[in-house]
Amino acid sequence: MEHFSWFTLIGMDKYDYILGSIVVLILLTLAGLSIKKALSRKDAVLPEEKFSLRTVFEILTLDFLFDLFTNMLGSKKQAKKYFPLLGASFFFILFANLLGLVPGFLPPTGNFNVPVACALVIFVMYNYYGLKENGWAYLKHFAGPVIFLAPLMIIIEIISHLVRPVSLSLRLFMNITGDHMVLGIFTNLLHYVIPALFVGLGLFVSFLQAFIFTVLSAIYIALATSHEADIE
Amino acid sequence: MKKALSILSIFGVAVLAALVPDAAFAQESTSGELTRLGLALGAGLGIAIAAGVAGLGQGRATAAALSGIARNPGASSKILTPMIIGLALIESLVIYALLIAFLLQGKI
Repeated sequence: MEHFSWFTLIGMDKYDYILGSIVVLILLTLAGLSIKKALSRKDAVLPEEKFSLRTVFEILTLDFLFDLFTNMLGSKKQAKKYFPLLGASFFFILFANLLGLVPGFLPPTGNFNVPVACALVIFVMYNYYGLKENGWAYLKHFAGPVIFLAPLMIIIEIISHLVRPVSLSLRLFMNITGDHMVLGIFTNLLHYVIPALFVGLGLFVSFLQAFIFTVLSAIYIALATSHEADIE
Repeated sequence: MKKALSILSIFGVAVLAALVPDAAFAQESTSGELTRLGLALGAGLGIAIAAGVAGLGQGRATAAALSGIARNPGASSKILTPMIIGLALIESLVIYALLIAFLLQGKI
């Protein structure tokens, strides 16, 4: 099953995923600049009447993501503190998945390296936030509830912590690859109308996988930065 | 459930019993066939069982969410979000089995 991508015209189709990531970053930067221009007008406090890029991003970030992070992380202050990392991962993964639906592009998250990179960033950052928030008392999270179960609990907790980036990256990679493969197989079988349903499935899966990645990252950060007094 | 398990075990024993004479006589020429049969059966049955059991699990999650919404329709958006998260987590286990099925199928 062959796949045509626009980068074969330049001859660099081995590096599809790197160039795809660069395209996603360029799109995000352009969207950010256009929204900044729209927000720096004098009457920017009023929402716009028409359906524009600014209103779409306002719905996605303020209504959807910010309320979600306030629920997961406990308070608005915490949500504001961790919003850059989580919001950036949501938008990057959303745009990267959606790029696979555009004819002629392969999704950057369809190569194994990109989801692993995103998951490793989240892994390093939630450990860093846990250490910054709690100090060395962060390591008491690994010891479990009762002190004399500590040797057993430390092994179990370390294994479950190490499995987290593996599961995050594998879930994202296999969902996008499998969906792309299903679209390819159905387009081979029935050439004309039915593959449009699979493009709709692709839209749903892209959004859902970006959402799941962000929600799980928020839960990991909330677990890592929770203070002992909150658990009681 | 027990009937399905017993039918499955009888089928598996029958397959093994049919192939043991072949494998005992000629190792080089038919061990390739036996390996390929094993890989194909593993890939197919693995993903089939994973998808079937995940269907049951997701059905239970959705049934609980629907009964919660039926009791309290005002809380439907607060019930929907954890339901979607639960469905995606169950589905990710099927995706791990799909990965193994792809790896096995690539070696046939």
